[in-house]
Order: sequence, then C-alpha cells, then structure tokens
Amino acid sequence: MSNVYVIGGGESKYGELWDRSLREIAVEAGLKAVENAGIRTKDLNAIYMGNSLGGLISKQEHLSALMSDYAGIASEYVPSMRIEASTASGGAAFRQAYLSIKSGEHDVVMVGGAEKMTELYGTEIIDITSSLVDREWEAFNGATPAALAALSARKYMMDFKVKKEALAAISVNDHANASLNENAQYRNKITIEQALNATPIAEPLNLMDCAPMTDGATSVILASEKYVKEHGSKGVRIMGSAISQGPFALHSRKSFYTVEPTIISTKKAMEQANIKHKDISFVEIHDSYSIYGLMALEDLGFVEKGHASEMVENGIGINSNLPVNPSGGLKAKGFPYGAAGVSQIYETYLQLSGKAGKRQIKDATCGLVHNMAGSGAASVVHILGVD
Amino acid sequence: MGELSRMWREMPSRYRMQGDRCGNCDQVYFPPREICPVCHRDSIGKMKDVDIDGAGEILSFTVVHEAPPAFLRQKPYIIALVKLKEGPVITGQIVDTVPEEIDIGTKVRSVFRKISEDGKSGVIHYGYKFVPE
Repeated sequence: MSNVYVIGGGESKYGELWDRSLREIAVEAGLKAVENAGIRTKDLNAIYMGNSLGGLISKQEHLSALMSDYAGIASEYVPSMRIEASTASGGAAFRQAYLSIKSGEHDVVMVGGAEKMTELYGTEIIDITSSLVDREWEAFNGATPAALAALSARKYMMDFKVKKEALAAISVNDHANASLNENAQYRNKITIEQALNATPIAEPLNLMDCAPMTDGATSVILASEKYVKEHGSKGVRIMGSAISQGPFALHSRKSFYTVEPTIISTKKAMEQANIKHKDISFVEIHDSYSIYGLMALEDLGFVEKGHASEMVENGIGINSNLPVNPSGGLKAKGFPYGAAGVSQIYETYLQLSGKAGKRQIKDATCGLVHNMAGSGAASVVHILGVD
Repeated sequence: MGELSRMWREMPSRYRMQGDRCGNCDQVYFPPREICPVCHRDSIGKMKDVDIDGAGEILSFTVVHEAPPAFLRQKPYIIALVKLKEGPVITGQIVDTVPEEIDIGTKVRSVFRKISEDGKSGVIHYGYKFVPE
C-alpha cells in the first residue's frame, strides 16, 4: 500500500481568544493549512474535524460542516465529519484521515482540530470537562479530570518515592519550550519553585501541574504518495498509526498509573514504522496533567515504570537526548481539547521539515506523537519521519 | 434540569449499593455490569444482583479545591479510590474527617448521604460516601 504524507498545516493563536468564535478559529486554521500545503480547496476529498466539547460549550455540533461552509467551500460538496474521542479527538481524526488515504479512497484530506474552552463563566466548565470521565460513577460523586489525575499522582509518588519536583519539571520544560513558540498561550518561563508553590487544584496537583483552558485551532493536510509525486509536494511521512482503548473509568483499571492503551498503541505504531526507541528524535506527549507526562514517558517505553523522574532530571529540553514537547506541550502551548492532537502533529511536521524556527531540534528525522483521552481510556500514537 | 430519570434509574446502586455477580466466574461488579468482562458471552443471563457491604480501603485520595458548580459548597472535599471488600474499586468522597487523618490504606465504610442537587427546584441526588472506620 502507498505511503501517506503530511504536506502542510496551519493554526490560530492559542490562548483566551475572547473576540473570536469557534467557527472563526477553525476556518483560520483550515485556510492557512490549505495555503501552506500549496493545494486548492477543490483538491480536498474529505475533511475530518477533531472536536470534543463543542456541543456542551458552544451548543454547536457538526463543526466540520460549519467550518467547510464558512471557509467558503460548501459549493464544492467536500465530505466532512467530526470525530470525537474526548481529548484524543484530534489524534483520532488524524488517524481516520490517514486510513482514508491508506485505503486508496482519498488522495488529499484535511484534518482540523478546534476547541473553544473559554466561552463560559465560572466553574461550569469544570462540570463540562467532567464529561470526559464516567459521568455516573466518577463525576456524579464529585470527581473531576484533575481529581483523577491527582489520584494517579498520589499513588505513583508513594509507590516509587517520587517527589513533586519531578512532576514540576514536566511543566517547567513545557513553559521553556513555549517561550520559543509565538502561537503558544503561555510564553513565560517558570521555575521549579514557582511550579511547586502554585494554588492547589486537586492535591497533590496544583495550578502548574494542570494544562490550561485554551481556545485554539490547528489544521494539517494529508496526501497520498501518488499526489505527492504528481505535484512535487514536500512532506513528512506517516510511518506508524495506532489507537487503542481500555477500561473507561480510572477505578476499573489494574494500575492507576499505567495507561495500557499507550503501551499497546506504541508497540503497534513502532512495528509499522519498523523503528526502535533510539531512532526517535523527539516526542510530543499528552501532558494534560504533569503526572500524565511522567506516565507517558514510561508507557511509551523510553524508561521503565517508576523511573521517568530520572529521565526528566537528566533533561528533556530541546537540546537533550530526547526533547519532550518542543511545541510547549499541553501545559504551555495550550490545551484546546479536540485540537490538541492536531497541534502535536503540526509541531512534529514543522520539526521534521526544519520549519520550527527558534525551537528547531537539530537533525530531527523521526517524531513520536502521543494523544490521550481523558484519564487514559484511550491513546493514539503516531510516528512521523523524513523519507 | 431534566435529570430525573437518569438519576432515578440508578437508585438501587446509589442508595443501597446494589452490584452484581457473574454466575460463571463469581466476580463481583460495582457499579453492576450487563456483561462480565472476563466471561463475555458465557455470562449472559447469569449476572445476579448482589448487595455490597460497604466496607473498604483507600487506595489513593485527593483533596479537590477546584470544583464544578454542584460541589462548590463542599470544597475542599476528599475524593478517593476505595477498594471494596467484595473486590471492586470505586470512586467516592471521604467525609466526617480531615485529610490529615486519612492515608492510603485507611479502612472506610460507606454511608448514605446527599451528593448534590439539581439547582434550586430540581431533584436532590443521594448516594454513598465513605467515613473512616
């Protein structure tokens, strides 16, 4: 079967975009991606849109259709649909687009990711984001996504004697990288001390352990090998793609700090890519909470369970052996739920194309992208590389 | 609003902790499941209601400071993963104590409490919370 390439992308600013609507940022990212990929909208065979909470936050469903209409291409009747897998919606949408080309059905497909998180006042958003977890048996009793991450964190810290500093290091790294990303929500660097002393959210996690509420949209364009050859497009190849789903509620899992779907997806994607961990130049990981960053580095197989703290202490910055979250990650680039997975892919595309500017990783040839749903019900792993 | 039937249908499990047991492998589930994830189709028609005792042990806990609207008046409150005597692990609040008095391993017992309410005129939601033994 022929290869599939990412040939371009674009995105809105990430942040609190009070004056901009969900449809506006989605359209902005889509049009930028079309321009950047050097295609015409009439070339698009399909649009897959990652969005998690549009129905609950903006009371708007069918975002894919709305975006294509407001991008002015309703007259081209491009098939479009929204893919929802909570905070892994972006990664799941990207995988559907990949499969549609891999199957031979499509040649050029757009993947959009958009989320407008700051639309509501007060704490109502905490109830809405609790729809990521089991509404009747977790959220009903007062558990929030942050609370579930905190339950994982406390057990992890006790079992492996890990200090809070290791969790903080994930957030400190994200902020350092985001300071080099002009689209990032938080471009301020933070220190370990600042990270340790922030306002508590769900103990032992505080504000600096938690990814923010972000408005943002990112789009990428995928194309078949045939299209790339015929049009002389430049792109990065999708070497592996896998998604896996396990028990939904945290309390149903065998381990509270192991995300089996991440382990399984990684194994599958790496087999497809035919690579080893040492071949990976950098990773974009799903650190919606700092503890999930440590857990991801272990479940992805870069270090044994319980030992991620040693890895982050040795450095995970842009010039380290394995740079983590060059984009600024979910904590500092920002966390628009359904867009996050596409944002990670776009960063990986930029890095592998040598277009990442000040945060460019030297000699980057292969990137791994990890996008997780909620507290770990599902994980999507993609591996992208240069030919 | 309009959450009446969604709450009402769960009353047996929320009010008196009714779970179920797979007639094939004897595994107990709470909340109850229609299908045993171990026995799959062999469990169909063999899932039998079982009353959960309510005794358990804290496996992990957190103190929640940022809460959704229905829980604002309770914050900060403790949420824990509790392993029940019968085997299942569930998520619930620990009450009538302070965080300093509990730890991973603390024995707890379920109590019937008000959980939240659906605004000023909606139904009141009741269910289980846990207190230290």
